[in-house]
Amino acid sequence: MIDETEQVKLDMEPGPLVMRNSRVNSLHRMLSDHLVTGLAVLSTIVVIAPLVSILLYLLYKGASSLNLAFFTHVPAPVGENGGGMANSILGSGIILGLASSMGIPVGIAAGVYLAEYGRGKMLGHAVRFTADVLNGVPSIVMGLAIYALIVVRQRHFSALSGGVALAIMMIPTVTRTTEEMLMTVPLAVREAGFALGVPKWRTIMSISLRTASPGIITGCMLAFARVAGETAPLLFTAFGNQFWSANLNQPIGALPLQIFVYAISPYDEWHRLAWAGALVLIMLIMVSVSLVRIVASRGILKGNQ
Amino acid sequence: MGVGIQVENLNAWYGSTHTLQDVTLHIPANRATALIGPSGCGKSTFVRCLNRMHETNPIARVTGVVKMGELDIYKDASPVEIRRRVGMVFQRPNPFPTMSIYDNVASGLKLNGFRNRRILDEVVERSLKSAALWDEVKDDLKKKSGASLSGGQQQRLCIARVLAVDPEVLLMDEPASALDPISTSKIEDLIFELKTQYTIVIVTHNMQQAARVAEGTGFFLNGKLVEFDQTHKIFTNPRDKRTEDYITGRFG
Repeated sequence: MIDETEQVKLDMEPGPLVMRNSRVNSLHRMLSDHLVTGLAVLSTIVVIAPLVSILLYLLYKGASSLNLAFFTHVPAPVGENGGGMANSILGSGIILGLASSMGIPVGIAAGVYLAEYGRGKMLGHAVRFTADVLNGVPSIVMGLAIYALIVVRQRHFSALSGGVALAIMMIPTVTRTTEEMLMTVPLAVREAGFALGVPKWRTIMSISLRTASPGIITGCMLAFARVAGETAPLLFTAFGNQFWSANLNQPIGALPLQIFVYAISPYDEWHRLAWAGALVLIMLIMVSVSLVRIVASRGILKGNQ
Repeated sequence: MGVGIQVENLNAWYGSTHTLQDVTLHIPANRATALIGPSGCGKSTFVRCLNRMHETNPIARVTGVVKMGELDIYKDASPVEIRRRVGMVFQRPNPFPTMSIYDNVASGLKLNGFRNRRILDEVVERSLKSAALWDEVKDDLKKKSGASLSGGQQQRLCIARVLAVDPEVLLMDEPASALDPISTSKIEDLIFELKTQYTIVIVTHNMQQAARVAEGTGFFLNGKLVEFDQTHKIFTNPRDKRTEDYITGRFG
């Protein structure tokens, strides 16, 4: 029903005062619009600039040392030239694979618990608090903890212990993003599932998680990229290895460890290799994150096509 | 085929709020029954008690007897079984945003483990036809997301999704209140078609809508069922003063 007073307002001619005010207003609005847009663009540049400059500097310092041998050879003994980081690339792949296969499922499961079952429960609060604290634990402490828990008991360094250390570092990020993303799934969508007679677990698996999946994948990628470059947790766990090894119960090489060893060495040749290693590490992270994004975006229908 | 619903002394609470008080109502099979009343009067809570959705809220509580045919839905069956037999259409269209049109319609069957493609294809086509949406979407069933449709189409998609699981009762909680007049009239035509095969309970704020589609109408006020009768009696000659005040627009 149309309100009569509103009708009157619509019919009223705008007076001269209103006109003048509106012109001043529109100038003011245009200026603040441009100002805020400019600030947003500036901030974006400030955010991207360090990343681009790091990448360019790595290319400048490291690209010249990259050759086929870098990807196919193990490190050369002290005093010899050449050698590569093939074993460390493989080692990083193995450790990150272990970490992801342990950390991501546990993290997502904990996130599902927090969002769907743990609302307002003591255990829920405890898990959320623990995750937040775990997120703030310095990575070297994580390395020492895993050293005490696994390495000391097993009496040797191992790829497995390195994977566990990184997995635990991934869990808080994955858990909290999964929880946050599940909370953004509208209640109406869940209710639609329940009202169709779909059991709760199935609704969570096939509807809530699927609706939240782009955000959850982003969270997993963040966690992955964060631990991919970690050195400290691996110092006392994976330990590093100058030779080929794919044995989960043996010390294993990892790119960040090899970069660390080379960077603190006194040899120029090794410094150059450290730069090349850093470049490869960043590239590998970028490639794996992009690959997951491409694969994940296929098969997901966009809302507004 | 639809089935009648007998509700005896139904009480419902949200926390300490007593939202439904001693509601007794017999809903006839294969008819549309409208529930009207001001906001917050308990009519939505009432329909949510008929498919046991009320109890999905952890602070909610229900007492009383609801019988679908001979089946006592709070005693003899699990909520999941009841919800498969009593479909529900919500106020705002809520298609599953990540699923295609086809998957939305097939979701009730697929998510309950039904996998036979040929039968799924048939069910999807039949349901979309019954929901008067088939001609508009048949070319992009698997290409377009359910969320890419217009609001009115989304609501008919949600109706198709409910029809696909072959319920006996259809609950509609203000199904047209978020839609424009053209979409609304399409939904009303649809209700007219569907009530030959299903028992329909429709909550509405729009009294003309109740008069157009429903044989019986119940008036709720402050958690109580004030009056239930044939629709034309409610609108022309109500027994209760409060019903008369409401339908003549004196409050609410």
